[in-house]
Amino acid sequence: MPSSVTHQQLRLDADLPLDSGLVLPRPVIAYETLGALDEAKSNAILICHALTGDQYVASTHPMTGKPGWWKRMVGPGKPIDPERHFIICSNVVGGCMGSEGPASPHPEDGRPWGLRFPVITIADMVRAQAALLDGLGIGALLAVVGGSMGGMQALQWAASFPDRICSVVAIASAARHSAQNIAFHEVGRQAIMADPRWQGGAYAAGCGPVNGLAVARMAAHITYLSEEGLTAKFGRQLQGRTDKSFGFDADFQVESYLRHQGMSFVDRFDANSYLYITRAMDYFDLADPFAGLLAPVFANCKARFCIVSFDSDWLYPTVESKRIVQALVAAGRHASFVELSSPFGHDAFLLDPPGLTGVIDGFLKAVEQRG
Amino acid sequence: MNGLSVRLQQVAAQIPEHSSVLDVGCSDGRLLAWLRDNKSVDGRGIELDAVRVAAAVTRGLSVVQGDATRDLAAFPDQSVDFAVLSETLQAMEAPARVLQELVRIGRLAVVAFPNFGHWRVRMNLLFAGRMPVTPSLPTSWHETENIHLCTIDDFRALAAELGLRIEREAYLAGETPIGAWPNLLADHGLFVLSR
Repeated sequence: MPSSVTHQQLRLDADLPLDSGLVLPRPVIAYETLGALDEAKSNAILICHALTGDQYVASTHPMTGKPGWWKRMVGPGKPIDPERHFIICSNVVGGCMGSEGPASPHPEDGRPWGLRFPVITIADMVRAQAALLDGLGIGALLAVVGGSMGGMQALQWAASFPDRICSVVAIASAARHSAQNIAFHEVGRQAIMADPRWQGGAYAAGCGPVNGLAVARMAAHITYLSEEGLTAKFGRQLQGRTDKSFGFDADFQVESYLRHQGMSFVDRFDANSYLYITRAMDYFDLADPFAGLLAPVFANCKARFCIVSFDSDWLYPTVESKRIVQALVAAGRHASFVELSSPFGHDAFLLDPPGLTGVIDGFLKAVEQRG
Repeated sequence: MNGLSVRLQQVAAQIPEHSSVLDVGCSDGRLLAWLRDNKSVDGRGIELDAVRVAAAVTRGLSVVQGDATRDLAAFPDQSVDFAVLSETLQAMEAPARVLQELVRIGRLAVVAFPNFGHWRVRMNLLFAGRMPVTPSLPTSWHETENIHLCTIDDFRALAAELGLRIEREAYLAGETPIGAWPNLLADHGLFVLSR
């Protein structure tokens, strides 16, 4: 990864205590903001990114040159609007886009942390975000919003800092990782660790296990799509040829597409970060402190909740969102929930399925008007 | 009461300002939005149809997509002032179970439904020998969502069987409130129930 790129960063002024019992000494957190904080400091919205996302939610990515990953949701005239809102998005702790992670220099020897980096959790990510907001002088959030792993963080906010949020939006997410979710992540991790260039995580910058990481991305990418979507996009069409090669080239368009997804991913993502962040997701289970009961998690949180799932998302299926909704209802919270229809599987939250922007816009405006 | 049908106005009239309401089968949230805007009601809703739920949430309402037969179970006992079931009872898989859920969740339940005992329905069956298609039941038998139609007297009997107390009742003939002979003359009935 090129190191010439600079990110907006803040070094926290205190050590970050972690769920593991370890402490991360004064980590650096990279973040982007859009819009301006109003005088009452009442218009701040924190956006939480997904596994391979980053803080460039609506601004051009400095490494890829691509537009922000959620321009459909964030921007002038969009539900999350820099003209109305002060928008913060930070790279998760453990990430590789400027926040303290396994590729960052270890404070003692200046060499990359590698596997010396402590295992982190979703709650640790949220603790780091709260510390960042402290540093930026932001007390309460109008909303904390995220899809997929971002939705997990949004839900974790309700558990960790119930008094600091007015509303939670969790899209295509879950309150726990299922056995299937963990299984797919383990395939990705094993692909990385089976690459000889991984070297127990102690690879030098620019010499990482790119083949293993690309395979991990390819496998994961399938889980973000739906069979219907793959069939519609690729079918059994061949790539740049009229007949089968009777070999192992990327004969099919879908193979070529996945290879491209894998190879372009390694340019912007660190393999060890992939291990750490997938681990954090696997450890996620909001109900764990309450013997598997989810409703008590929301007992002390007065926030309004908006939960959205997609009918073709088999990675975080509707049943997981409904479980959250039932817990919110049982806890007496104000909750909105809808399963939207989209052929695009889990990735639908990044696209613009019919109804999504209207639902989020209506929800956020109601929170703004009624608190 | 602009924007609300006469039937929904009759439901809305039962609900005092600043009360809390759960609207079961709330459609696009038109009643909840009206109650919020005109009576400062703290409302929630549950609705089966995703497009209607999206419309309700877009209005800024706390509405969850779900099935009344299964998903009411999560709502705590006596957690709202009013549990409303408007124009939905006849489409329920298990109307008796839903009624019991309403009075469990709400301190009072408001149930409004078309009366299958109305004279026009009786005439239809008696003289035409066909399943009734009337202004209050406009869909033919093979297309209707109404699987458990009942008369006002049927409903009273079910309420008695379930041990529910009828606190208030109101009837409509078309858009006109009426009092006498409701099982024959009203095409629409409303009951306020408690347990």
